[in-house]
Amino acid sequence: MTWLRPLLTLCGLLLLWQLIVWGFALPPYILPSPVSVARAFVLRGDVLLTEAVVTVVEILLGLVFGALLGAAAALGLLASTVARRWLLPLIIASQAVPVFALAPLLVLWFGYGIASKIVMTMLIIFFPVSAALYDGLRRTDAGWLDLAHVMTGGAKQHRLRILLHIRLMAALPAFASGLKIAAAVAPIGAVIGEWVGASAGLGFLMLQANARVQTDLMFAALILLALCAVALYAAVDHLTRRLLPWQADSHTRT
Amino acid sequence: MTLQTSVYSRSTPPPAFRLAGSGFAYGDHAVLGPWSLDLAPGETIAILGPSGCGKSTLLKQIAGLLSGGPDMAGKIAWMAQQDLLLPWASLRDNILLGARLRGEIPDLARADALLDRLGLADRPNALPQQLSGGMRQRAALARTLMEDRPLVLMDEPFSALDSITRADMQNLACATLHDRAVLMVTHDPVEACRMADRIYLLTGAPAQLQLALSLRPGKPRDPLSPDMLPHLRLLHDALLRNAMSAA
Repeated sequence: MTWLRPLLTLCGLLLLWQLIVWGFALPPYILPSPVSVARAFVLRGDVLLTEAVVTVVEILLGLVFGALLGAAAALGLLASTVARRWLLPLIIASQAVPVFALAPLLVLWFGYGIASKIVMTMLIIFFPVSAALYDGLRRTDAGWLDLAHVMTGGAKQHRLRILLHIRLMAALPAFASGLKIAAAVAPIGAVIGEWVGASAGLGFLMLQANARVQTDLMFAALILLALCAVALYAAVDHLTRRLLPWQADSHTRT
Repeated sequence: MTLQTSVYSRSTPPPAFRLAGSGFAYGDHAVLGPWSLDLAPGETIAILGPSGCGKSTLLKQIAGLLSGGPDMAGKIAWMAQQDLLLPWASLRDNILLGARLRGEIPDLARADALLDRLGLADRPNALPQQLSGGMRQRAALARTLMEDRPLVLMDEPFSALDSITRADMQNLACATLHDRAVLMVTHDPVEACRMADRIYLLTGAPAQLQLALSLRPGKPRDPLSPDMLPHLRLLHDALLRNAMSAA
């Protein structure tokens, strides 16, 4: 039953698409029909798959490194007043610079290869991850911290263990929502990087196909990219639910 | 009524506590005046007063969570109104939290013995969310006992429970804490009469401690028994008088 609804939606969308192609008598280089896109999938499947692997690797590596960087920044902000005073305004200001504008620079510095795309993805997802985790770390239940203070006698040498056993664990649901946002926007970073300058990847393939008026191939690449993005989000969502089974509790607790 | 074995008959009596604090003010609003309390092992003191009278402030000062209190670091176990169980940790891990935070090797055998004592032995790996409110408070009591400290501070620990579960928990707490010094704050005269040896009122602004009752040994008492009725009446009237003069 759960897959019936999305299946119906998909069929409806495909039908609408085909109707638009018929109704407006659009030429295939403006809007290819679903059938011709499907044909592009079959005929150019090997190319699509090779390029998709490149893009997925960029997204995944960017996600991992960006999440690690974001988590490190959040912990640093929590641990040090100096970091809060100097780093926090800088991090927030860095978000005012559009990543699009940085993309050519990153390609210049990190080359046409995979590195510039990973850096781009990291830049995009660093902020949602660090902001979410930092928020979570600051909102530890005061009762738990009181309990921990009494248990350790307020001794300084136990502060790291309180951070690990209580603050960090309590912040994991917030970190998970940051990760989910990151998973949703990470493909943007990778594809921007590929548009600006690349020799491989789905974004690169789309640019090439566009230049050669292979609109059906462009659509196929776009659909594949969307599928990858949805799959990535679903995987992260599933994983965080599996690993944090207690967080559903907070909705029902009074 | 069960007869409790007296802890004073031990060969080496544990030390009594003399607690004192300098009072506390939030900004220029003095909540709590200077106070002092003597407390012996095996003795339970209840501090009674309405919400917001400074009870929790007093308790937090002893626990070192607010400044101006005695230095009792490492001698205190803390039990709050909320069970404060960590939702991601199993029952056993929750009970071992103190040892983990101090970097000690957790005593699994003792934790399991305590779980057994408190009727939680069959669910050591359950998460707190899988337990009823009463069982969660039992787990909180087990964690408090696991700390094995001479002074136990309780901040309205059973007020969130239904009345039958509360009575059950009060009896269980009396039985398991009988050799500790216990200081509890409560707004419930029945709870105070059931569990305490001495009952203080915390009244006025800034709040002052005032001895209201010393009860004969033999806790947990039955608050419904005829000889408890005058005590309950006295506490009830004192609280009511206090509330009317405050209003």
